[in-house]
Amino acid sequence: MTNRLGPVAKVVLHAALAVGAVTMIAPLVWQVGISFKPASELQSTNWIPHDWTGDNYAEVFRKVRFGRMILNSLFVATYITLLNLLTSTMAGYAFARLRFRGRDKLFMGYLATMMVPGAVTMIPTFILVSWFGLRNNYLGVILPAAFSVYGTFMMRQFFMGVPTDLEDAARMDGCGPWRVYLHIVLPLSKPAIATLATLTFISSWNSFLWPLLMLDRETMMTLPVGLSLFQDQSRMMGTDWGAMMAAATLVMIPIIVIFLFNQQYFVRGIRMGAIKG
Amino acid sequence: MAVRTKEGRAALLFAGPNFLGFLLFVLGPVVASFLMAFTYFDPTRPPRFAGLQNFIDLLGFHMEGGRLRANDPHFWFYFYNTLFLMLGIPIGMVGSFLLAVMLSARTRGLVFYRTVYFLPHIASAVAVCVVWIFVLNTDRGLINSALGFFGLPGPRWLGSAAWAKPALILMGLWQGVGGVNMILYLAALQNIPDDLYESASIDGAGGWHKLVHITWPMVSPTTFFIFVISCIGGFQAGFQQAYLMTDGGPKGSTTTLAYYIFNMAYTDFRMGYAAAISWVLFLLVFALTILNWRFGGRAVHYD
Repeated sequence: MTNRLGPVAKVVLHAALAVGAVTMIAPLVWQVGISFKPASELQSTNWIPHDWTGDNYAEVFRKVRFGRMILNSLFVATYITLLNLLTSTMAGYAFARLRFRGRDKLFMGYLATMMVPGAVTMIPTFILVSWFGLRNNYLGVILPAAFSVYGTFMMRQFFMGVPTDLEDAARMDGCGPWRVYLHIVLPLSKPAIATLATLTFISSWNSFLWPLLMLDRETMMTLPVGLSLFQDQSRMMGTDWGAMMAAATLVMIPIIVIFLFNQQYFVRGIRMGAIKG
Repeated sequence: MAVRTKEGRAALLFAGPNFLGFLLFVLGPVVASFLMAFTYFDPTRPPRFAGLQNFIDLLGFHMEGGRLRANDPHFWFYFYNTLFLMLGIPIGMVGSFLLAVMLSARTRGLVFYRTVYFLPHIASAVAVCVVWIFVLNTDRGLINSALGFFGLPGPRWLGSAAWAKPALILMGLWQGVGGVNMILYLAALQNIPDDLYESASIDGAGGWHKLVHITWPMVSPTTFFIFVISCIGGFQAGFQQAYLMTDGGPKGSTTTLAYYIFNMAYTDFRMGYAAAISWVLFLLVFALTILNWRFGGRAVHYD
């Protein structure tokens, strides 16, 4: 592993990795291929369509309000990300830096809830949010996700690792906690913020169960919920696989693009969660 | 003193919104769910106190025709399904480990593979489920076409009670093997000091020997971490697959505890009973985590 590889070993390694990569990518390529096939070719087994067609994509937009759903997903994921960053960085800063009574006990209380399955809190949260009249309201999706123990934990751990010299100097100069937070702490934490933003955005983009419970109006649905609606509808009249694959492709593409551009943050986030967790 | 109170007030402002979220969406619901588990709770009627009846209905046994029968045989079957699907965890871990070892070889052009292996993990799980319904299709699916190419007969996968669970494990492996766990292993591998391998090479150790006697033990804390986290996740898994791909069937063979809770709460509206199941799930997760820490910890090498 540490030795530089000889030429034979290199070829074997690349061959093994390439076989693996083909296996990983094959279902995705196959899916995209089908999404461009005309109905007449669906029975054939060739991967690349003979006559390329965009009909399947048109069909998706005709059957469900997919364009609207893309906007819904963007809207919901953006708000969740912004609010989550705000609550997580502020509380993370309080837990890491400000002294107040019961601080560490409260933080332990936060951590203790990380093991509780989502299924436990799901039903009372559902009743609570319905009681506030927030079903079929974007707030019903956004508010419960605007806060996370995980994000708070991650930001607190990050702040703990940052030297306090700069903050101390600013405080000596008479800066209050707000100015220290805004002008010193936040600018220093750009990498951690970018990491949490990437993780939160992707997970809320892909989130399914909660939006499914909250939104049953088609004009309000996020993409994954819309996709499941589309699947449900087409199941009743014999699934149109071309359109199905087109819809799945449309759901996947934005998130894959976001991932490709933010890969480094994603990888870092995973490591931060593990090493310090 | 003045500083402390000022800081205390600032802390209230800083942690306040977060704490409100914690109260409303975590702590409050946890307490409420615990209380609900001891009631008959149907959203259209006021809750009635049930004592331990939900738990007795769920976990208890009774005599019927001279034989001991579970009060809720479904629960035990779905519990078994959940455990069966968790067989994918160790397989996936070995896969992630081996991929990470290959990807951390010192040669160029490997970052590209990391990205490719990660793609199935990042692509929306709902979309993946929808695509895999067709990937697993008996006649025209990708997997059976590939098996047919080698002259092998393909099973009916999601259409058969025996093959549906293995099918879902297969999908889970495809989705997860290059995901978070592989990244964690990559990070762990980077932390192994080079001199360990160098001295082993001087002693004439081969690649396999180094893999088994240096690399694997050195990443054991990561292995342990991944195992604990995966088990916690595994107990709660299976909702999307069941909801989107199988409706929990055929014959209940892909219904997991998570899907059972969902159905109890939102199809049968037995929310008290659903809450009781979710607490049993929590106790399972908790017990397994404690067990892991007690006994798994011994197999871990920390330096």
